[in-house]
Amino acid sequence: MILLHDVALQRLFGGLVVLLIVATVAGRLIARRARDERALTTVRNLNARINAWWVMCVIFAISVVIGPIGAVVLFALISFLALREFITLIPTRPADHRALLWSFFLITPLQYLLVGIHWYGLFSILIPVYAFLFLALRIAMSGDTTHFLERVSAIQWALMICVYSLSYAPALLGLGIRGHGTPGPTLLLFLVIVVQGSDVLQYIFGKLFGRRKIAPHVSPNKTIEGFVGGVAAATLLGALLWWATPFAIWQAGLQALIIALTGFVGGLVMSAIKRDRGVKDFGTIIAGHGGILDRVDSLTFAAPIFFHVTRFFYGG
Amino acid sequence: MIDSILATAAQIVAGSTVRWAGCAPSEEQRIYIANHSSHLDFIVLWSYLPPWLRRRTRPVAARDYWARDVIRRYLAVRVFNAVLIDRAASPGTPAGQLGRQAVDQMIEALGDRHSLILFPEGTRGSGDEVAPFRSGLFHLCRAKPQVAVVPVYLENLNRILPKGHLLPVPILSRITFGTPLRLQPDETKDAFLQRARESVRALKAAA
Repeated sequence: MILLHDVALQRLFGGLVVLLIVATVAGRLIARRARDERALTTVRNLNARINAWWVMCVIFAISVVIGPIGAVVLFALISFLALREFITLIPTRPADHRALLWSFFLITPLQYLLVGIHWYGLFSILIPVYAFLFLALRIAMSGDTTHFLERVSAIQWALMICVYSLSYAPALLGLGIRGHGTPGPTLLLFLVIVVQGSDVLQYIFGKLFGRRKIAPHVSPNKTIEGFVGGVAAATLLGALLWWATPFAIWQAGLQALIIALTGFVGGLVMSAIKRDRGVKDFGTIIAGHGGILDRVDSLTFAAPIFFHVTRFFYGG
Repeated sequence: MIDSILATAAQIVAGSTVRWAGCAPSEEQRIYIANHSSHLDFIVLWSYLPPWLRRRTRPVAARDYWARDVIRRYLAVRVFNAVLIDRAASPGTPAGQLGRQAVDQMIEALGDRHSLILFPEGTRGSGDEVAPFRSGLFHLCRAKPQVAVVPVYLENLNRILPKGHLLPVPILSRITFGTPLRLQPDETKDAFLQRARESVRALKAAA
């Protein structure tokens, strides 16, 4: 039981529970004061989101506490479900069926197997090199060349975003840091807390102070005030969590800033994809949040960048 | 037991979002008519009916496919309580006679409490377009005018399991139930079949 002797982990999870209790109480209080229909809708969505956060935190905590296998399996499942939502939205043809079977049932599990055994040299190239070329070959072999380039690219993109990028989160469990051994779960927790915290903080700052839209054509709900306030607050949050990481306080703050910025860009890009496909959410699996991919969109950009920045500057 | 396991498995594979847009689940006798593009169609549609409704709803399926081996026959007859009809003319039987036989079987299967799941296109299409409906639906409705016809649109099931493949890809699907329609006393065959087909196609646009 990793939780029994890792004090940093205990404090991080303890902090999350306190935050969720505060959010739950606040949500109930706001619900009592809501008067008109619009406010009620917002509050209902807010409380649905908070309830879903409880479930997500419990699942995440259990998987981290189980040990490295737990987190790898959890992210493999998230990738599988995210890939399912992504592929549903792209216009595939019957001739792509075999390529899709390979993507779901071989490439995705294999990627997480390699992450699980910490084979950096192979998991970092499996999808961008081998799957990239194989998918093109497999679809060419099907003989249907209608929109060939669009079909191949869309499936490659789906794998890169939903599987390759996301798998960098549990890959942190095997990342060695100079002078700190393998910090493992605390690095993963730092990433997930900052990236999800940044999403929530941007939402809160946006609701409180949001006036000017930052990208009206791509994501009409995002505002400049929400972006600046949320990113600044997430940076502060990350800096204040320095004690759980191998970083000095200013380094933790800088890392959090990078995570918040890349997370924002991830959300923006995924919004552009949804807008292109004419949908509001990727799915309906999490009440209040939409699909799995709607919840981890920022993580798909933040995880690989955080991994490689950390590996480049602190890796050992 | 087996039926609820199968229903859960079908729901996991299909991952459907279900919308009862034009009516609610009900015990009244109905004929659910849906577009047909995959072998999964009737199992998935059946699996997303509430359990109490599932027990009294019988899929109409082709005997040449479902009676081909022991397992399929067992599933069709014992689990789904399917109505197996002959669709390909066997040597020596005129097509018209087969059609009448099928309609008689469906009337009998409806009885006074059952509902049916029917694919009036008669065969699986590509999934892009809903083919013209066969006339059996009209004859069935003329014999049972009090039974409501509920249009259903199944989306993406042909992408999960296209024609000619054995393994499903877990793409998310969608099931939309439309507004019930009934055969009007003076409605011609062509007009009714056209109206029924339009009601299914309209759900695609609305989805």
